[in-house]
Amino acid sequence: MNVRSQISMVFHLDKCIGCHTCSIACKNIWTDRKGTEYMWWNNVETKPGTGFPTQWENQEKYRGGWELVNGKLQLKSTSKAKTLTNIFHNPSMPSMDDYYEPWTYKYDELFNAPEGSDQPTARPISMVTGEYINVEAGPNWDDDLGGSPVYAESDPNLKGLTEEQRQQLFAIERLVFFYFPRICNHCLNPSCVAACPSGALYKRGEDGIVLIDQKRCRGWRACVAACPYKKTFYNWSTGKSEKCVLCYPRLETGQAPACFHSCVGRIRYLGVLLYDADRIEEVAKLPNEQLIDGHRSLVLNPNDPAVIAAARQNGIHDSVIESAQQSPVYKFVKEWKLALPPHIEFRTLPMLYYVPPMSPVMAQREDDTVSSVSSEFFHDIEQSRVPLQFMANLFGAGHQGKVVYALKKQKAIRTYRRAKTVGDITMDVAERMLREADCTVEEAEAIYKLTSLCTFEERFVIPPMHREEAIEMMREPSEHKTSVGFGFMDAPQRGL
Amino acid sequence: MISPGPFFLDQIFFIVAPYVAIIIFLLVSIRRYRTEAFTFSSLSSQFLENQHHFWGLVPFHFGIITVLLGHVIAFLIPREILAWNSHPVRLYVLEGTAFVAALLTMLGLTSLIIRRVTDPKVKKVTSWADWVVFGSFVVQILSGVYVALFHSWGSSWFAALAAPYLWSLVTLTPDITYVTAMPWMVKIHIISAWLMIAFAPFTRLVHILVVPNPYLWRKPQVVRWYAAWRAFRA
Repeated sequence: MNVRSQISMVFHLDKCIGCHTCSIACKNIWTDRKGTEYMWWNNVETKPGTGFPTQWENQEKYRGGWELVNGKLQLKSTSKAKTLTNIFHNPSMPSMDDYYEPWTYKYDELFNAPEGSDQPTARPISMVTGEYINVEAGPNWDDDLGGSPVYAESDPNLKGLTEEQRQQLFAIERLVFFYFPRICNHCLNPSCVAACPSGALYKRGEDGIVLIDQKRCRGWRACVAACPYKKTFYNWSTGKSEKCVLCYPRLETGQAPACFHSCVGRIRYLGVLLYDADRIEEVAKLPNEQLIDGHRSLVLNPNDPAVIAAARQNGIHDSVIESAQQSPVYKFVKEWKLALPPHIEFRTLPMLYYVPPMSPVMAQREDDTVSSVSSEFFHDIEQSRVPLQFMANLFGAGHQGKVVYALKKQKAIRTYRRAKTVGDITMDVAERMLREADCTVEEAEAIYKLTSLCTFEERFVIPPMHREEAIEMMREPSEHKTSVGFGFMDAPQRGL
Repeated sequence: MISPGPFFLDQIFFIVAPYVAIIIFLLVSIRRYRTEAFTFSSLSSQFLENQHHFWGLVPFHFGIITVLLGHVIAFLIPREILAWNSHPVRLYVLEGTAFVAALLTMLGLTSLIIRRVTDPKVKKVTSWADWVVFGSFVVQILSGVYVALFHSWGSSWFAALAAPYLWSLVTLTPDITYVTAMPWMVKIHIISAWLMIAFAPFTRLVHILVVPNPYLWRKPQVVRWYAAWRAFRA
């Protein structure tokens, strides 16, 4: 057992209202510089929809992630030999057209327009060339267009759905959607790191955050092609790649990342998971249907004395172990099994988990009569507006079991709380449902509390990052400051 | 060593220039790597334009690497090259390969220059230094192709004449008797090579220095520990 610590995340999709506050918080802090205008380290997608960049989940097109070839784990986009031959032109590299061309408006034309009978306008101009452009794509171009035949029907997750299941999507007003906020997953088996020819990408040993060393990146672009979630981006101005840094400067000072902090729906949870690094490769090679269980089995119980002893032996600080014991992520992922990794079939072992959203159908209208569609108070999970197979393609590597389990448990807890607070359902029924959903009354109360009444401190259990042990602190701080200053000292400008 | 006389200019171009160029190359590259590591990048523009890119970048790089490698091999093992060329068929194969590579380079370069001029986004990330690089490549490749066409069997006379000149520079006993008698186009080719070496470290050409060969033998995953630094410093 080789215990390591990982800052992990849960996004509770049932609570996401799609307000994009997270995206804006991130943009304002990190990606408002030249060359990064098009990047959204945090973005919110409408599902079903094509996402950002367009159809990123379609690995036939983008060739991201890993694949099993004769029992060996291989990158889809590259290999040691291919790195040399493809280094001049990367055939799997997306271009700006797959994202969008960033634009602003010529606001001065509003102020300087000569007097006339026309209303002055501010025409859009490209932030790359400065020329006038016709805006034809954006980072959330299909926002809220769940029923649109143009965007929703191009969602790669609809693959393998029967015609009947597809029709389920359009049962009510021909429209259904939910939101899917995404940041870097800070994976355990990151394909971006494995693909980097320069070795510029790395995982921080102490907390698992995946970063790009800006001084070692040479712009070979392999990480952009290799990340199946398309969460590494190429800065066209500096010639370096960039990615979500999980706001590590904030984490190191005990603050939640900006997208977590600003989340209006309070859907985001962050905490430490202890995992067994020796078993990563073994788990990443499991067949699709065993991947979720395998991924879960990597996560170790922070209360187990053997795990604690092994963690201490690996130099994990007691304060971090304590933090792991309080971790809301551990509860969602391991104890309650409500949170599932996105597209685990890409085999990068993402450490950002999602609680799948409910999309209940309570009643249907036929002609002038409204009739309940379920014999129970809440809807049947199988009748959800978003077909289970779609959810399974997104969160279950195509297998419905784990998704159904998570949804049934959520439904049982709602029924239980309804029985308790409103009383129009008998407690007998509620408790039977809880039993069927593999949930005790205590667990139901705990899930209810952490889902709906959670405080800031309960959602974000940030371990002390022990900066006193960091590289910069290895020297006398005052001496260090006078010799190099703090942080990145070169101007991050494009070379000649 | 350097004396006024009929060969004064030759001495400047073929003795002073190479040493100055190599010293500039070493000093500037090292200083840039140490103090401006951030500027070491291939400065790829594939993200901005992905179609035309292939037809320029790929032939250019494979062509120029083959041609350069040919020069380096003939410099390192001139005797073996001469022995190889003693058979006409083998000579034709070698010269033919080199010429095809040179043509690839030329076509690729033309394609790249057209791309730089016509694509508005790529134009935006093109600096004056890029034009210096392009210009010098044009001179270098055109003069090289001219020499290959009109001063035949360069692979043999390079090994016999240019290699001894280059070795005389390496051994710090510069001897320019071989080059002073060369045709003027060959001289241009050599002089422009020294110029390129001199200004390469100021331009995007530094990406040649950071070819990612360690990728071939490193482990797939990279983890950095503060603790490792702590041990390193202790």
